[in-house]
Amino acid sequence: MLLGRTANGLYWMNRYIERAENMARLVDAGLRMALTRTQSASEEWNSVLLSAGSDVAFTQKYQDYTAANVADFLLRDVSNPSSTMASIETARNNARMVRTALTRETWESINEAWMSLKRMLARPIDERDLPNVLDAIKRETALIRGSFYGTMLRNEIFDFSQIGTYVERADNTARILDVKYYVLLPSISWVGSTLDNYQWESILRSVSAHRSYRWVYDADYKPTNIADYLILNVRMPRSLTFCYRFLMEHLKFLADDYGERHACHATAERTQAMLRAGSIKDIFDAGLHEFLANFIQDNTRLGDEIAQDYKFY
Amino acid sequence: MVLQGSMRLAAFDEMLPETSGLRKPYSAYERWLKEQDPARLTEKMQDAERVFRKTGITFAVYGEQEASERLIPFDIVPRIISGQEWRRLTQGIEQRVQALNAFLDDIYHRQEILRAGRLPREIIAANEAFLPEMIGIRPPAGVYTHIIGVDIVRISENEFYVLEDNARTPSGVSYMLENRETMMQLFPELFQQIKVRPVENYPQLLRQSLAAVRPQGVKGAPTIAVLTPGSFNSAYFEHAFLADQMGVQLVEGQDLRVVDGHVAMRTTEGYKQIDVLYRRVDDAFLDPLSFRPDSVLGVPGIMDVYRAGNITIANAPGTGIADDKAIYSYMPEIVEFYTGRKAILGNIPTWRCSEPDSLKYVLEHIHELVVKEVHGSGGYGMLVGPAATKKECQDFAKKLQAKPSNYIAQPTLALSTCPILTEKGLSPRHVDLRPYVLVSDRIQIVPGGLTRVALKEGSLVVNSSQGGGTKDTWVLDD
Repeated sequence: MLLGRTANGLYWMNRYIERAENMARLVDAGLRMALTRTQSASEEWNSVLLSAGSDVAFTQKYQDYTAANVADFLLRDVSNPSSTMASIETARNNARMVRTALTRETWESINEAWMSLKRMLARPIDERDLPNVLDAIKRETALIRGSFYGTMLRNEIFDFSQIGTYVERADNTARILDVKYYVLLPSISWVGSTLDNYQWESILRSVSAHRSYRWVYDADYKPTNIADYLILNVRMPRSLTFCYRFLMEHLKFLADDYGERHACHATAERTQAMLRAGSIKDIFDAGLHEFLANFIQDNTRLGDEIAQDYKFY
Repeated sequence: MVLQGSMRLAAFDEMLPETSGLRKPYSAYERWLKEQDPARLTEKMQDAERVFRKTGITFAVYGEQEASERLIPFDIVPRIISGQEWRRLTQGIEQRVQALNAFLDDIYHRQEILRAGRLPREIIAANEAFLPEMIGIRPPAGVYTHIIGVDIVRISENEFYVLEDNARTPSGVSYMLENRETMMQLFPELFQQIKVRPVENYPQLLRQSLAAVRPQGVKGAPTIAVLTPGSFNSAYFEHAFLADQMGVQLVEGQDLRVVDGHVAMRTTEGYKQIDVLYRRVDDAFLDPLSFRPDSVLGVPGIMDVYRAGNITIANAPGTGIADDKAIYSYMPEIVEFYTGRKAILGNIPTWRCSEPDSLKYVLEHIHELVVKEVHGSGGYGMLVGPAATKKECQDFAKKLQAKPSNYIAQPTLALSTCPILTEKGLSPRHVDLRPYVLVSDRIQIVPGGLTRVALKEGSLVVNSSQGGGTKDTWVLDD
């Protein structure tokens, strides 16, 4: 038996842990691009902010798209609710609330991540330190994930936690893909071509897939392949298909445990069916942007339905 | 609140009293201590702090935004009580706890003690801690105060006094447990050499005790939950800890509602009935329909369920009348009235400022006395005369004159001391003791308790909100 409020806390705790890490990854990708590109770096930082969904809030506060400003805003600014620091803080508050549902190891890893990041992000980040800071963030979230997987009982607590992770991750991947394609693809006729553009690498880098991509496809960055990888690949841990495979699995565990199916099950199944049926060609033919916009909307609805079906509030 | 120079009180040291040399309960520990490298001990002290911070054993201090999560300092020198001393203490505590429950039952029913003229009527009638809503209600199993933390101070080898009966929602038991856990991690060899009675089973005892006072209608294992005001409450760590250790749900007011005459919690599968609620929310916030209407921490209608006998609330609403400071001064009479015997554990002599003679005495001797608000707690709103400046005494005297019935006064006692480890080695500090008592169909006292220690040299204020620390408390199995 699990309190609805506890399920809610677990769900958001994991969404925010995922988000904290995603922010670091986005900044990491931006940094790499800004360093390797000869042209204006501000374009790249702008697209990082768009991917993070934080461009409007950023421009209210800053004028220049510089590494220091963007890193500050996405990593340590607690007035930005999606920043790494704000996310870790929210994750920890949720963890505190659901503390009795967590193993000691899991709670301690979250608490320690919060303590160490709070210390590290207390002052503005020196640009020379940025790579270290990004590494530290990824290490902390990896430790949380490790303690969580290593010690948590595979029950409803685990299910709600994982559901939070995958809803957030799917949203994140879809947004990155949407923004980047919007910015990067000059015309639809370029879709099949091979582009010699570091920008493509930044998409893969922002989902930590720049290396594994080459194991699966050839070394060239082709828009169709990249989209295929991030949308349809079953084994790539940040692809939409992968996220929905596990979302569905955990939703099914809940349905079996409780002996009851809800609206969220139908919604998730519909999305999964759509991902299964489609080929990347179909998706491009119908319009990638439309596809992703629909996906993001359905994914958000799924989150709302889960909250309602399992009495989060 | 440091007592300066000549004002320093000659206190009884529980390890090494000035007059007689090392006391027996400490002999084995002292032997061990002598063999330790001081550098290693300092290291262990830092280890302890790391353990506490990592596990998030923190408490919030009201009014200090920066330090919204602080550690209660932990000292690694245990406070040691012999088996014999403990037996005497437990007899006194049991008697007192019996009297408290009998008093509560009486005061919410026939009020025999008032009829007998042993207690003035106005002290009940005018008391905010008295809940008229409880009149005529008999809680399941007849128990009012299920969990009690009796604060005890020691003055000399044989003099123990009760400082306060915490009969509402005493806190700190998680520190008792974590302190022991930490000590066992830091010094496993000590526990092999010295037989210390265990405290670890407190959560199981608490659970059994709560289950034993379930409502009559509940057959089989009752559903128990801990009610917390939420994760921003200063004692949230403890609420989570106890729920976790007992294996029960930790609920907030927003999780609960009354469904079909029962209190129920919102789970992922719908509403589930709760039979026993260990609440850590004050009376005033328990039910917005009966008490403070603006409360969002409680459960609307829970008092109706309670009246119908469908839920056990531990501790019962209205138990505050038993540990009120104005009532405290009558405890010797109360104990004798209900148990038929003289109180084994004494009270500290107390002047009730509501009585003109006492008020006069207190005003004349304010610089020697500790003056407390009747309803205050946590060391707030009190004056320690000997440590206060003349101006502070005068200002306090004005408050006192304005509302005498709001205050009581006690002599400044030389609380016993226990050594703590400082940079310069062992150094005595004043301590008190809070053993935890569980009441169901029987009374159980876990051998140990929370020793609070005033870390500032000479200070008498042990409250954690005012710079106090804690120690592991050993009751020897001898």
